[in-house]
Amino acid sequence: MIKVKINGQEQSWDGDPDLPLLWFLRDEAGLTGTKYGCGQALCGACTVIVDKQAVRACITSVNDVAGREVTTIEGLHPNGDHPVQKAWRQVNVPQCGFCQAGQIMQAAALLMDNPKPSHDQIREAMSGNICRCGCYQRIENAVHLASTGV
Amino acid sequence: MNFIGYPSKLRGFEKHIRVEKVSRRSILKGLGVSGGFVLAAPVMSRQALAYETGAGKMPHGVVVDPRVFVSVGPDGIVTIVGHRSEMGTGVRTSLPLIVAEEMEADWSRVKVQQAHGDEVKFGNQDTDGSRSTRHYLIPMRQIGAAARTMLEQAAAKRWGVSATEVKAVNHEIVHSASGRKLGFGELAADAAKESVPSIEGLKLKDPKNFRYLGKGQIGIVDLHDITTGKAHYGADVRLPGMKYAVIARPPVTGGKLVKFEPEEALKVPGVEKVMQVRGWPWPSKFQPLGGVAVIARNTGAAIKGRDALKLTWDDGPNGKYDSVAYRKELEEASRKPGLVLRKEGDADAALKSADKVIVGEYYIPHLAHVSMEPPVAVADVKGDKAEIWAPVQSPGGTREDVAKTLGIPEANVTVNVTLLGGGFGRKSKCDFALEAALLSKELGAPVKVQWTREDDIHNGFLHTVSVERIEAGLDKSGKVIAWRHRSVAPSIASTFAAGTVHQAPFEIGMGLVDMPFEIANISCENPEAAAFTRIGWFRSVSNIPRAFAVQSMVGEIAQATGRDQKDMLLELIGSPRIVKPNVKDLWNYGEPQDSYPIDTARLRKVVELVAEKGEWGRKVPKGHGLGIAVHRSFVSYIATIVEVAVDDKGKLTVPRVDTAIDCGTYVNPERIASQIEGAAIMGLSLAKYGEITFKDGKVQQKNFDDFQVVRMDESPVVTNVYIVPPGPDTPPSGVGEPGVPPFAPALINAIFAATGKRIRSLPIGKQLEA
Repeated sequence: MIKVKINGQEQSWDGDPDLPLLWFLRDEAGLTGTKYGCGQALCGACTVIVDKQAVRACITSVNDVAGREVTTIEGLHPNGDHPVQKAWRQVNVPQCGFCQAGQIMQAAALLMDNPKPSHDQIREAMSGNICRCGCYQRIENAVHLASTGV
Repeated sequence: MNFIGYPSKLRGFEKHIRVEKVSRRSILKGLGVSGGFVLAAPVMSRQALAYETGAGKMPHGVVVDPRVFVSVGPDGIVTIVGHRSEMGTGVRTSLPLIVAEEMEADWSRVKVQQAHGDEVKFGNQDTDGSRSTRHYLIPMRQIGAAARTMLEQAAAKRWGVSATEVKAVNHEIVHSASGRKLGFGELAADAAKESVPSIEGLKLKDPKNFRYLGKGQIGIVDLHDITTGKAHYGADVRLPGMKYAVIARPPVTGGKLVKFEPEEALKVPGVEKVMQVRGWPWPSKFQPLGGVAVIARNTGAAIKGRDALKLTWDDGPNGKYDSVAYRKELEEASRKPGLVLRKEGDADAALKSADKVIVGEYYIPHLAHVSMEPPVAVADVKGDKAEIWAPVQSPGGTREDVAKTLGIPEANVTVNVTLLGGGFGRKSKCDFALEAALLSKELGAPVKVQWTREDDIHNGFLHTVSVERIEAGLDKSGKVIAWRHRSVAPSIASTFAAGTVHQAPFEIGMGLVDMPFEIANISCENPEAAAFTRIGWFRSVSNIPRAFAVQSMVGEIAQATGRDQKDMLLELIGSPRIVKPNVKDLWNYGEPQDSYPIDTARLRKVVELVAEKGEWGRKVPKGHGLGIAVHRSFVSYIATIVEVAVDDKGKLTVPRVDTAIDCGTYVNPERIASQIEGAAIMGLSLAKYGEITFKDGKVQQKNFDDFQVVRMDESPVVTNVYIVPPGPDTPPSGVGEPGVPPFAPALINAIFAATGKRIRSLPIGKQLEA
């Protein structure tokens, strides 16, 4: 039995310990905010925060996060008012929106690590997250806005 | 030769106008109550508006009925139906916003409800072709105006005054003479009893009083949900007892399963079952390819189980498809005469007598859509009833195809439309929903079919692959006197009809025969090309290779004659006029020529606007270059300037993009900007990396590592968007797709300016490194 804390709640799993965290979150725990985009850590759609670090849930097994704290988009802020989320809305970032949970989690992790990133640092840190609609200019502006006060 | 004959099963082409029977009931049961009240299509008349569109010719036409689209609750909440699919264009916001504007509804008290697939009730729902605003601006205004009129009539009756004395103002009806006011909610029940006013008698709002339209102050309705993980995509549907499935499909289009050994797959924890999925012979429109499904308690187990399957395939006749050999065939075909589609003057003779002939042979390979949400669908089939939840661009078509595939009446099929995690044309094909329906029927349980990214790339409906060969003949003064363009590419029609070797009217009309330059001798030709995989619509479709070829050629002519690219472009466009190409039944994005002619004044205008705002001719640092391109597509006009920087190792960056668009009357400039910003990135992706190749009939790429798209660190630093203000009667035109085509040629022209290297084959790949 693997125990893991997700968004502050203890969850347990007695199935395949190698099951990717992504599918545990989505299909077993019902937390569908975290998205599947590639399964190979290439696109960042599945980004969650594990103990303050952004990780790709598609290549992280449930076993890897045993006893650790996982935060998903659903748990980032109780009312959805994390500075990154607010900035996202202010800048009207999303088009289709599918990659945005991953982008927001990546941005939130970036700001934990570096509260005042430069534009180059934002572009560098966010380049593991693909947006096929092409919202990059707005993502960059939103991360900058979140870092300077929304 | 079948380019003239429409593929028999092609949706939107197989059907002619269906005029619904008009039945009017004077007493309505309630706003929002659906009844048999469907107005005839097309609904738009000369009296009501200044232009006509092709909306009425789409399957099931247009329905203008406030009771279908609008309901008002006693609490005053106005619910407006969004009947088109939301894949990122903002349409789920912009069409209801039009209704709210005409109703004088307060947007903060409006809820949007997504329509299920039902085209008899809602009218055509195919969300493609950059059509939503151009087909629905007026119908949505009429719906809003009709609802407003009913509320006004109800208030007038309540007060015993004439309806002309009352007026809707911000969610209330007011009688200014007496100062009385009633909220929409207080009037809802009475308004529902009012007769629906005739369209001809409706008074549309004066645009100068618009609060929302054209302003760009309204965020998309799903903004909060998207930023909090609550937005509901196809992949997010969960039903009690639902099984998770992934499918192993034939690696070669048209291949068949010989045998499968499920034993190892069944040992994977969480895997419950392995079963065959019915496939249809190629080509079969959007029917599933067939294969073997692994059913599990979660998607992860299903994927692991599929990895453990032992499968033997018969690759069939497409097993020899090889992109290197195929390219040679296309190139050879382009060097010989082909079916002549447009002929003006005598291009052959003029090319022979020309002082100089410039030849450009341009190549663009297959492309994959790779929407961030790969295809996915949930089906629950019980007896002769089916319910589907899916991110489809074609809710009505999906309903038809599910019914046909299961052999049940269409009325027994419910298609719930979720948000789409990107579409780009891939989700106009409902094969994934059909797979889910077939599996659910067999399992007797709800099933989610999830495509992996590898499935998406291996088994999609790819953008065509094409060689575009242009020969331009110049006289002694450098004037272009001859233009011969041969386009060779497998057609989308090949996905519908075997043996297709010529492009369909809707493909040749995308930048080949509608070429707007003022040249005396023109020949546009289409040599034969057979298809060996599934070809489908990809955002902007054939406009991508056409704009790349035509606008690169403009750069080449400027280069050969030592002229400025923009000046050359304006010279070729020529005088402001309506272009009437000598083409039989010229396809015009389904729109009448009267409302949407090829207008070179508008084409010139976007070039001049982008040149001015984008500071064409500005001094750029060493290693930088500016390029320009213009293209008319989806009846919009759009010009782009790209500034590129190429370092000494050949690494390419894009410091700045400027784009001017004339899309006629528009609804939400903020979303237009976002579409154009995104189009620049999609254009850069396809120019830099976009290539799907085949060997032994199989796609050689598999995921975002070998089918790359642009990431943030290489995306344009800034994209500026300028929208041409519309004239009072300019009809709305496309926005979702027109931004992509001019990007690649503007970039390629910029690369030439920066480096002196002329790239004629996409993707750029390592060509600048040499």
